[in-house]
Amino acid sequence: MQIFHRATNTIAKATIFGSIFLLAFILWACIQFQRSPYVTYAHVARPQPVPFSHEHHVGAIGLDCRYCHTSVEKSSFAGIPPTQTCMNCHSQIWLGAPMLEPVRASYRSGKSLVWNRVNDLPDFVYFNHSIHINKGIGCNTCHGPVDRMPLMYNEASLQMEWCLDCHRDPAKYIRPRSQVFNMRYEPPSGSKPMELDGKLYTDQLVLGKDLVKQYNLRTVADITSCSTCHR
Amino acid sequence: MRNLRKFAFLGVLALVPLAGCRQDMHDQPRFKPLAESDFYPDMRSARQPVEGTVARGQLHEDTYFYTGLVNGKPGDYMPFPVTKDVLERGRQRFDIYCTPCHSRMGDGNGVVVQRGFQRPPSYHTDRLRNAPLGYFFDVMTAGFGAMPSYAEQVPARDRWAIVAYIRALQLSQNATSADVPPGQKVPSPAPEFRGDPGSGATLPQLQPVQNESGGEAK
Repeated sequence: MQIFHRATNTIAKATIFGSIFLLAFILWACIQFQRSPYVTYAHVARPQPVPFSHEHHVGAIGLDCRYCHTSVEKSSFAGIPPTQTCMNCHSQIWLGAPMLEPVRASYRSGKSLVWNRVNDLPDFVYFNHSIHINKGIGCNTCHGPVDRMPLMYNEASLQMEWCLDCHRDPAKYIRPRSQVFNMRYEPPSGSKPMELDGKLYTDQLVLGKDLVKQYNLRTVADITSCSTCHR
Repeated sequence: MRNLRKFAFLGVLALVPLAGCRQDMHDQPRFKPLAESDFYPDMRSARQPVEGTVARGQLHEDTYFYTGLVNGKPGDYMPFPVTKDVLERGRQRFDIYCTPCHSRMGDGNGVVVQRGFQRPPSYHTDRLRNAPLGYFFDVMTAGFGAMPSYAEQVPARDRWAIVAYIRALQLSQNATSADVPPGQKVPSPAPEFRGDPGSGATLPQLQPVQNESGGEAK
């Protein structure tokens, strides 16, 4: 007995065929979801006890990163400044600002300000700031345009694929050591060439290749080996 | 019916691995630097050294190196020889830690001063030109007037490098034609910059100069 019309055969076939695409789509959606800011918190500003603006302090005032993050060149940890560092200037500037009351309270009582960590790597990752700084990886290569961040957020997903993007080919990002802390650094291009040691560069990859050699970077096999980061 | 049960069973079984989705490896029971700890009343996992103790290598026996003072008075010599590297280091550290108030010129008109901080004296006065080297080191170490101590932010060797650079700054602002090495033209051509003025302590990029005279173009 024929219950369904013959045309429904086509629909049945299409459904079976379409289910492959549906499964593929679900898989793709899952992957995109775990890459999304919902999971990685990339570009999501965190609440802080004081709405500290890097845009103001770095972009407008022009403070160097190392004024506050003093240990970034010699330690794994860049360093969160003690309240004293804030008070270096704010003992005289913005004295009565209510926004800064937590800073003054911390200074009076000696209790630390409790900042919320923004760039938080998983604990099974060994990361060291100093080696990256000393091998010519700029602050904003990983941290993004900090001088344009009124509130701090992490630029990168901090996922392994993101780390490996550079570890597989550091020449794409490496820059002269003198430019590491320059927030407005631009890689050399045809319209903006760069002179380094008497050589004129118009291409990042050419410059990168030379710097990788000059700064004695370990081989790609070395820096993509598991135990480099998972110790 | 039996098939349905089998499917339901498999479905539940498929959910079992989800129970393993925990963040134990992400958040291991150890402290990252400066992390909070509820073990101590002040909530700090990073502990201060016990009072009256000295960490290895931090006895600071060379008092001049760490204070700039000889018998309580500022000395007038560098504790280590000044090389070009020391001066370069001094300039770099000066640009990071001192320029916000003292400005790159050392005239005391830095950006923080322009925003209302008390203006520090210019280095280019007779008083400071004749001040002994140890005086600058002492001010950086102990603070002076509105200026706080920078001993925490700048290690002693870097403070000495800054002292050397301040002296160089003072000389540069008070130079005569006798100081110009033979063969160099005065005034030298003004450097041309390109693009954004750089940020913080980073000098703006110099425009690549086509050098025909063979002189120093840097």
